[in-house]
Amino acid sequence: MKKRLVLFIPLVLFLVMGVFLYKGLFLNPQNLDSALEGKPIPAFQLERLEDRGDLITNESLKGKVSLLNVWATWCPSCKYEHPYLMRLARQDILPIYGINYRDERAMAIRELNRQGDPYTVNIFDHDGRLGLDLGVYGAPESYLVDHNGIIRYRYAGPIDQRVWNETLFPMIEELQAAAKLDGAS
Amino acid sequence: MNKLIFKFLGMILLSMTLISSAFATPVDTYEFKSVDKQKRALELAHSLRCPQCQNQNLIDSNSPVAQDLRLEVYQMVDAGKADDEIIEFMTSRYGEFVLYKPRMEAKTYALWLGPVALLLFGLLIGFFFIRKQRITEVDEQELSAEDQKELDKLLKRADK
Repeated sequence: MKKRLVLFIPLVLFLVMGVFLYKGLFLNPQNLDSALEGKPIPAFQLERLEDRGDLITNESLKGKVSLLNVWATWCPSCKYEHPYLMRLARQDILPIYGINYRDERAMAIRELNRQGDPYTVNIFDHDGRLGLDLGVYGAPESYLVDHNGIIRYRYAGPIDQRVWNETLFPMIEELQAAAKLDGAS
Repeated sequence: MNKLIFKFLGMILLSMTLISSAFATPVDTYEFKSVDKQKRALELAHSLRCPQCQNQNLIDSNSPVAQDLRLEVYQMVDAGKADDEIIEFMTSRYGEFVLYKPRMEAKTYALWLGPVALLLFGLLIGFFFIRKQRITEVDEQELSAEDQKELDKLLKRADK
């Protein structure tokens, strides 16, 4: 009897491997875990997109649960994402901070004037230094930041209704509840 | 006639340059402080993966991210940073993913030691298998005294 059971070992091994490999078929290799989740926003000091004289630092983003959105005029998926961001902005759930990534100032401003501006503040990251420190590898990318300025989640790709309902909004509610307990808004 | 040949040669030359440019890797005009540093920086950039086009290293890839990261590696090497520091810089931003050669740690033991374990397992099975076969062979050769007598009898009968 014991010997018979031993004969089943290869079959069991095969099934275990089969399950793992089958699951692997549906993984998206583009979905990388951000190395920055759980870490504070990297220190930066950059101009506001609309105003050269207005400097924004990582400290300016603290205090509220917020969404950092990396975008650029050269990025087609950002154009696809834009109407949804406008909708979010109207709902006023949380501040959306834009990071205008490796872009031209005039073109970015023109784009916002034409299509609407969903951003509370827009940070002008012309040479992509903040993007590099954030580990951005393409646009659009979005970061959920808690009220202490700690990055909680990174989403690479355009935000749409599904991602918002399934992932982002539940996390935001949780973070906002935690922020309230802490006494922030 | 001569003109035609020249034209033909010209076309071949032109097409050759076009082909070679299509396969060329991106060329940077970065000047290193020393040849040693250049060698080290290139080696390092070769061992780091571009986060955008995932099957290319930082040298091969022409994506903006790879360009940025490549330049960052060059500058850090020139500034006298150690390899470890540069790798730490990259992994703290882009994760372990950028390392073509994963680090040895609890998470990657299976990756590093798995093949060795499988090899040992295979050798072990092979060893037992061969030993078992040898034992059965010996079993077959040994006949009891009675059987031997019986066999001799039969053989004699067959001779007659």
